[in-house]
Amino acid sequence: MNDENQLIQVVDLHKSFGSLQVLQGVTEHISKGEVVSIIGPSGGGKSTFLRCLNLLEVPTGGHIYFEGTDITDKKVDINVHRQKMGMVFQHFNVFNNLTVGKNITLAPVLLGKKTQAEADDMARELLERVGLSDKINQYPKKLSGGQKQRLAIVRALAMEPDVMLFDEPTSALDPEMVGEVLLVIKDLVKTGLTTVIVTHEMGFAKEVSNRVLFMDGGIIAEKGTPDEVFNHPQNPRTKEFLSKVLY
Amino acid sequence: MEFFSVMFKLWNQYWKLFLEGLGMTLFMGFLTVLLSTVFGAVMALMRRSKWGIGRFRPLGAIAAVYVEVIRGTPILLQLYFFYFMLPQWVPFLELTEFQCVLIACCVNSTAYVCEIIRSGIQAVDFGQTEAARSLGLNGRQTMIHIVLPQAVKNILPALCNEFVAIVKETSLASTFFVGELMTQFKTIQGITYRVLEPLTIVGIIYFLVTFVMSKLIALLERRMNASER
Repeated sequence: MNDENQLIQVVDLHKSFGSLQVLQGVTEHISKGEVVSIIGPSGGGKSTFLRCLNLLEVPTGGHIYFEGTDITDKKVDINVHRQKMGMVFQHFNVFNNLTVGKNITLAPVLLGKKTQAEADDMARELLERVGLSDKINQYPKKLSGGQKQRLAIVRALAMEPDVMLFDEPTSALDPEMVGEVLLVIKDLVKTGLTTVIVTHEMGFAKEVSNRVLFMDGGIIAEKGTPDEVFNHPQNPRTKEFLSKVLY
Repeated sequence: MEFFSVMFKLWNQYWKLFLEGLGMTLFMGFLTVLLSTVFGAVMALMRRSKWGIGRFRPLGAIAAVYVEVIRGTPILLQLYFFYFMLPQWVPFLELTEFQCVLIACCVNSTAYVCEIIRSGIQAVDFGQTEAARSLGLNGRQTMIHIVLPQAVKNILPALCNEFVAIVKETSLASTFFVGELMTQFKTIQGITYRVLEPLTIVGIIYFLVTFVMSKLIALLERRMNASER
């Protein structure tokens, strides 16, 4: 479990909600600098798997090692590790009670990573990067969906995470706003930040990822390079899924 | 009409008594809301507490039973109960009648305020909590910086409505002649042998007060929604 390049190691992960088994033994390694897309039909366990990685869902079995630490161990302070795992949600979840600027600076300041002044500088820089500079003093209510999601992305980046987890970041967006968010993610991926992204944007997954995982029935049914999975799928379930989605 | 002329006469003669009663009513209402907000908040925390032995959460259970019992029994019964119980069980406190009634009102209102606060917190989108936790904030930081500020917007108007309700419910305290508005009606009725006229006056006062308050609450709500825009 000590390979230098391994950022996240998932070993035989199980998760069930009551009698419903959502994850039925997932084992997967994610290396530093990798961009991994997770695709698959609804209810296949994609989101649950992603949410287990930072323990937003507590696994019912198995282990997750993040930077060598078993975060499923109850004695581990998960908050410390979550600071290094940025997460972006389907429904943005930007803080409604805080201005755009404060959305970004709250966590770094509160958790002692930065002084308010440092954080403010960083917030300006990050907002500039995603084209939201003029919104810094506004409340999220005034933002469009695409703007909210861009804010959510830089809010996570403000913690300078070692990995970014995207949970269907464009699924709740109006079609004309998908592009702007994907563009931000693309730029981010170029910086070499490790990224795991659950998505229904097949074209995007094909373009940006190093590796694609196809999840169905609570397991990783197929995995490989984008070329392998999209152009030469081996598993009949992958073939069936890909034949149904347009991209 | 004779009815109205008698009403005016009564008002002219006894307006001071009516206003004293109103003062007492508002005082009781205000004190009750203030105290029950504090206790209600504690109770809401208890109901939400995860601390427990196995699946049994004693604090949550106590709060739940409290809320159910208070909401499931009439307030008049509770007033009687505390009015007689307190002097018997804790005589050394030497509580006045007013204090006994006030305590009963607080006990009653605490249960409702607890539910107001609890549902106010619950109404905040859980995604807000998840986002905060995903950044590494602990439960307490999330509550203080993200959830509570948003919950207050749900809680405050409901709390004001509770105040309006309490102002009306204090009329039941007149059973024990503690000097609030309804007591004054009984007093004036006793002096003048008139019923409908003083009752109408008292009714008008109650209505005016609650009407004005509910308008103020509507204003407050609009103001709060206007911020963050």
